[in-house]
Amino acid sequence: MALIQISEPGQSTAPHQHRLAVGIDLGTTNSLVATVRSGLAETIADAQGMHLLPSVVRYKDNGSCDVGSEARAAMIEDPQNTILSVKRIMGRGYDDVMADAAKIAEYVKTESAVPKIRTAAGDKSAVEVSADILAHLRGRAEQALGGELTGCVITVPAYFDDAQRQATKDAATLAGLHVFRLLNEPTAAAVAYGLDQQAEGVHVIYDLGGGTFDVSILRLHRGVFEVMSTAGDTALGGDDMDKLIMDWMVSRAAVQIDVSTQESATFKRALRHEACRVKEQLSQAEQVPIQLNLPGGIQWSERLTREEFNRLIDPVVKRTLLSCRRALRDAGIEVHEVQDVVMVGGSTRVPYVRSQVGEFFECEPLVDLDPDKVVALGAAIQADILAGNKPDDQLLLLDVIPLSLGIETMGGLTEKVIQRNTTIPVSKAQDFTTFKDGQTAMSIHVVQGERELVSDCRSLAKFELRGIPPMVAGAARIRVTFQVDADGLLSVSAREQTQGIESNVQVKPSYGLTDTEIETMLREAMAHASEDVAARNLNEQRVEAQRVLEALVQALKEDGEQLLSPQEIEQLQHGMDNLQQLLNRSENHREIKQAVDQLNNDSVEFAARRMDAGIKKAMAGHKVGDFE
Amino acid sequence: MTTVNLTSNYFELFELPVSYDVNLQDLSERFRRLQSIVHPDNFANKGDAERRLSVQQSALINEAYQTLRGPLSRAIYMLGLAGCDVLHDTATSMDQGFLMQQMELRESLAAISSAADPVGELLDFNKGLDQLLTQVLEQLRPLMKSLGSLQEQLQHSKDLVKRLQFISKLQQESRELEEQLL
Repeated sequence: MALIQISEPGQSTAPHQHRLAVGIDLGTTNSLVATVRSGLAETIADAQGMHLLPSVVRYKDNGSCDVGSEARAAMIEDPQNTILSVKRIMGRGYDDVMADAAKIAEYVKTESAVPKIRTAAGDKSAVEVSADILAHLRGRAEQALGGELTGCVITVPAYFDDAQRQATKDAATLAGLHVFRLLNEPTAAAVAYGLDQQAEGVHVIYDLGGGTFDVSILRLHRGVFEVMSTAGDTALGGDDMDKLIMDWMVSRAAVQIDVSTQESATFKRALRHEACRVKEQLSQAEQVPIQLNLPGGIQWSERLTREEFNRLIDPVVKRTLLSCRRALRDAGIEVHEVQDVVMVGGSTRVPYVRSQVGEFFECEPLVDLDPDKVVALGAAIQADILAGNKPDDQLLLLDVIPLSLGIETMGGLTEKVIQRNTTIPVSKAQDFTTFKDGQTAMSIHVVQGERELVSDCRSLAKFELRGIPPMVAGAARIRVTFQVDADGLLSVSAREQTQGIESNVQVKPSYGLTDTEIETMLREAMAHASEDVAARNLNEQRVEAQRVLEALVQALKEDGEQLLSPQEIEQLQHGMDNLQQLLNRSENHREIKQAVDQLNNDSVEFAARRMDAGIKKAMAGHKVGDFE
Repeated sequence: MTTVNLTSNYFELFELPVSYDVNLQDLSERFRRLQSIVHPDNFANKGDAERRLSVQQSALINEAYQTLRGPLSRAIYMLGLAGCDVLHDTATSMDQGFLMQQMELRESLAAISSAADPVGELLDFNKGLDQLLTQVLEQLRPLMKSLGSLQEQLQHSKDLVKRLQFISKLQQESRELEEQLL
C-alpha cells in the first residue's frame, strides 16, 4: 500500500528515528536528568562532570537566577534570595505551608491562592522556582544530546496529591517541557531495578528523600509492574533529621534565636549547613565533631555520636515504619511474602534507617544502585519507551491513586468517590439531585484524603454546575464523573440525565494556579528569556501536528485496509493532506490547532477499531483457564 | 466499537462466561493482557482523541477487574445483570436474628478501643468477622451458580448479599479503628 506519502523532502517521518527523551527526578534536595543512550540508562552530567544538581535557585535583582551549586554556595551570604527545598511547598496553600515546621522561606500572601516567596527578582511561587530548575536540566540535556527534547517523564512522590501533581506539571509547562507522564518515584525505582534483574514477586520500595517519604508495594509479573498499595508522607525526610540536629545544637549551645534579625537568618543557614554535614558524616563515622560561630562571635564546639543521633531521629524513622505497616495492610500482604526491599533516596544512607527497615521487613535491604540516581534512571527508561524508541519492549506500569477522592456532603462530611490505592486510570460516576424546587445550579466541593470531616482533608477544587433544567426538588439527575488519568490527575465532567444537558463545569482549584496565572507566568518567563510567545506556541502546535500525522500514517499503514472502507481512508487522507498543507503555509497556531483537533476527531472511530482489533488479537483463541 | 463497548458486560470484556466461579489467576492474566493493549502509556505519542479513548477504556477495564475480583462486588454485579439492583434497594427485609447479631458485633467493636488489650481484641474480632464472611459466602455460592429468574432464589441471594455488605462495612470500620490504634 504505497499511497500514503506526506513528508516533504527533508522532513523525515521515519518511524524508527530516535527521539530524544529524558527522565527527570525533581527532588527536594537534588535533581537529576537521565536518558537512554545505546540501550543504557545513564544520568547526564554538567560541564564540570557533576550529575546531581542541587535543587537550589538564587534570584538576583537584575531578574536572572542561578541554579544548582552556584546558588547553594550563596545560601549563607544571601539567604533571602536563595530558595531551597521548594518541593516541600509545591501545590500547597498559604496556611498549609505556614504550619510546616521545616519552613523553607518567608512567605508573602498575595491575591493568588498559592504562597509566594519575596525575592530580588520579584515574588516567586513554588511552580516558578521548580520551572527554573527544570529549565536548567532541560538546557543541560539538550546540550549533551545535541537537539530538542521530544518529551520527558518527571517523577513525583507516589504520595503527592492532585494539587502537588498539577503544580509539577505546570512547572514543566513553564519550562517548555512536554510531559509524557508523571511517574511515581518508587515505581521509577522499581523499573530501574526490575529491568536489570527480571525479579518476579512482591517488592517493597522504601524511598526516603530530603523532604518526602514514600513506600510502595509492587507485584512484578512478566514485565507488568502492578502497584498494590502506596503510603507515605509528603513532608518527611532528611530535612527533618537536619532540623532535629539543629534543635539539639541550639539547646546544647543554649543560644537564643531571634528570627527577625538578619544575623539570625544567616546563623540559621549556617546551623542547617552544619547539621546536614554532621548527618552525612555520621553515616561513616561513629562520632562527628561540631564547630560553630554563635551569634555574638563566640566559638562553640561539641560532638555528636551516632548513638545520640539515632535517638534523635528515631521518631522520624518510626513514622516511616507506620506508613510501611499501612501499605502492607492495604496490599493485603504479610511481611514474609515480601521478596525484597529496595532503598531509594539519599536519606537511606543513614545506617539507622537501613537497620530499622531491615528489621521491620525481616530482610537485608537492597542498596545495589545509587539511591540518588535510581529514580532518574527508571524515569529515563520509561521516557525512552513512551517516546516510541523501543517498539518491541513490553513494559506496563499500573499505578494507584495514593489518597481517596471524595466530595463534601451535608454537614461538612466527606463521601468517598474513589478509594485510595485504586488502580489508575479510574473513572467513577456519582448521581446528585436538587434540593429545592426550580434549582438550576449546585456547587460541588472535591476533597482528597482519608478523614471523615471535610475540614481535615485536602480541598482540591470547588465547582458549580449551572444550567440544570428547573424541576421539582429531587427530580433532576445530575451525573458527575470523576476521572483520574495515568498521571494521577483528576478531571470532572457533569451531565443532567433526564434531559441530557451537558452542564458547564468550572473547576476552581483551591490551592493551584489558575490558567490565567500560568499564562501570565509563561509570558513573563519568556519575556525574560527574550523568547517569543507566539513562536513557541507555533512550534508546539507544529510538533503536535507532526505527532498526530506520524501516528496516523503508521496506523493506516498497519491497519487501514483491514479496518476502513476505501471511502473512509480517502476521508482521512484528505484531512491529513489539509493539515500538511496548512503546516506548510500557516503561521497561525490557532488555525493549526483547529485542524489538528479536527483530524483527531475524524480519526476517533479508526482509533477505536484499532484498539478493538488489538484486544481481539490479544485474547484470540484463549479459552477459560488458558492463562493459568 | 464492540469489545470495549461501555455497555458490554464485564465478563464479556474478559471473554469469560458469566459465572460466579472466577479463577482469579486467569482473570488477572486477562486483565494484564487487556491493559497492555489499551493503557494510556501505549498512546503517549498519539493524538488527543486516541489518548482520551485509551484513558476511558483503561479505566473501564480497571473497574471491571476490581468488580469481578471481589466476591461481594462480583455478586452485586451479577445480581444487577439479573435485574436486581442491590445498591439502590431500600425495601429491606432483613432476618431479625442477623440484625441482632449485627448490633452485637457493632457494640463489641465500639467497646474495643477502651479494652485492656485493644489490639489483641481487634485481632480476635477480625477473625470472627472473617469466619462469618466465609459462612455467608458458602451459602451464596451455590445460589449464584444457577442464578435464574426465579424470584425466590433472587430474593434469597439478595438477602445474603446484603449480609455481606453489612460484614464488609464492619470490616471497613475495624480497619479504621486499627489505623487509629497503630
